[in-house]
Amino acid sequence: MREDLLFDAAAALVKILIVVNIALVIGAYMSLVERKVSAWMQDRIGPNRVGPVGLLQPIADGLKFMFKEDVVPGHVNRVLYILAPAIVLVPAFLVLAVIPFGPPMQVLGRPVQLAIADLDIGILFVFAISSLGVYGIVFAGWASNSKYAMLGGVRSSAQMISYEVSLGLSVVGVFMATQSLRLTDVVNHQADGTWNCFAQPIGFLVFVVCAFAETNRLPFDLPEAETELVAGYHTEYSSMKFAMFFLAEYTSMFVFSSLVAVLFLGGWDLPFVSQAALAPLGNWAALIGFGAFMLKALAFMFFYVWVRWTIPRFRYDQVMTLGWKVLLPLTLVNIVITGAWQLLAKAGGR
Amino acid sequence: MAKVVDRSPLRWWEALYLPAILSGLGRTFRQMFRGNITLQYPEERPEIQDDYRGAPGLVRDDEGREKCVSCQLCEFICPPRAIVIVPGEIRQAAADERSGPDNVEKAPKEFFIDMLRCIYCGYCEEVCPEEAIFMTNVYELNGASRAELVHDKPRLYEIGGTRVDAIKKWKGK
Repeated sequence: MREDLLFDAAAALVKILIVVNIALVIGAYMSLVERKVSAWMQDRIGPNRVGPVGLLQPIADGLKFMFKEDVVPGHVNRVLYILAPAIVLVPAFLVLAVIPFGPPMQVLGRPVQLAIADLDIGILFVFAISSLGVYGIVFAGWASNSKYAMLGGVRSSAQMISYEVSLGLSVVGVFMATQSLRLTDVVNHQADGTWNCFAQPIGFLVFVVCAFAETNRLPFDLPEAETELVAGYHTEYSSMKFAMFFLAEYTSMFVFSSLVAVLFLGGWDLPFVSQAALAPLGNWAALIGFGAFMLKALAFMFFYVWVRWTIPRFRYDQVMTLGWKVLLPLTLVNIVITGAWQLLAKAGGR
Repeated sequence: MAKVVDRSPLRWWEALYLPAILSGLGRTFRQMFRGNITLQYPEERPEIQDDYRGAPGLVRDDEGREKCVSCQLCEFICPPRAIVIVPGEIRQAAADERSGPDNVEKAPKEFFIDMLRCIYCGYCEEVCPEEAIFMTNVYELNGASRAELVHDKPRLYEIGGTRVDAIKKWKGK
């Protein structure tokens, strides 16, 4: 009994260590990928001075952020100003706790889930925690006591709250099909049948659009909107506090990429290869699944950057129109269609 | 002839915007593999045209003589008054030392161009009756002090170098 407890605690600690490190490394290197891909799309070369083809650039950037002067302007609300970067960063990392990175492994004869916590209410946890991130942005905008930051914070709160609705409703169809909120169940359901991006194309589309809005990425980067708001809510921030906003953005991009992979792209499921065929490989199957999951998540990260240089920023009222008048009705239609389909299938089954 | 722009209402698949977004994505994806058009500056240099108006410099003729005769026209025409010339004496012995590198006319004793004032207009080159001052293709000017960017005579001749012209005005003089 005590051994079980000890083993679980050790396994959880190791998983936390691995996941947090993966997220940090991806967050850091995403800044390089972003700059490189941007450069390629604009016929440039991108960072190529630090290390071979610029591969050490994130380390140089990190060092630079650490040694920069941490300016706290005199006109800010100090408590909220210092608190805000932490409030943005912590939820971004917390959400990683429920994301399943691969199929269960066998370690010392005991099964280990490749998720820090495989909660029954996985997706509810994700939405509950990731919504907290908006507080950090609003605090940052408010505490900075500057018009650009303020406008960024206001826009961010309106945008994130609007898209949260469609985001939440867009996955309802998935859970109606799966009959479970547990993310591992969602993946297993897709492994047995088709991936949700084919089974729920409307839900997939709406989720992807909302993922861009929730992470403040172009074409919905109105809270930052360099051309209008200097840098938006983090205008007054410098040094490591600015880096924390930066890291939070990339981490939440990774979170949403993982969610897209888990909810709609089959998680660790390989196309054309059934889980049963991989079962004899044992732990290697888990690692292959982990690789497949990471590939999907990273491909979606690339998609983030790709879209950034394809679609220009929306006007603010267009963002609201799209969110409330297009995406929200679409999600409701999706729920109705899914429900009707299930009823029909049930009736046909009998 | 006025060009009529088609403003017919969007068809239903156009109103979805998705086909346009997809074709845009395809466009940006193809763009990634087009190679770069940028130069790796310190290692690679842009090609500078002959008529580029870079830093002005003084030139010597093919016998190594100064062409400048201290007429000071460039000093007077210079819009930002960047040029200061201190004329030298006419060499009395010039007629006897034809083979030497000395000038026939009076050479400048001092010649300063303040590159912090120069606006690269090229009037000095245009006004010079002796074709002694030219805009060169030198475009990298930097210094640790203001004094360093006031080019004196040796520096100006270093920039200008030797220019071989078809007309040998001082040949045999």
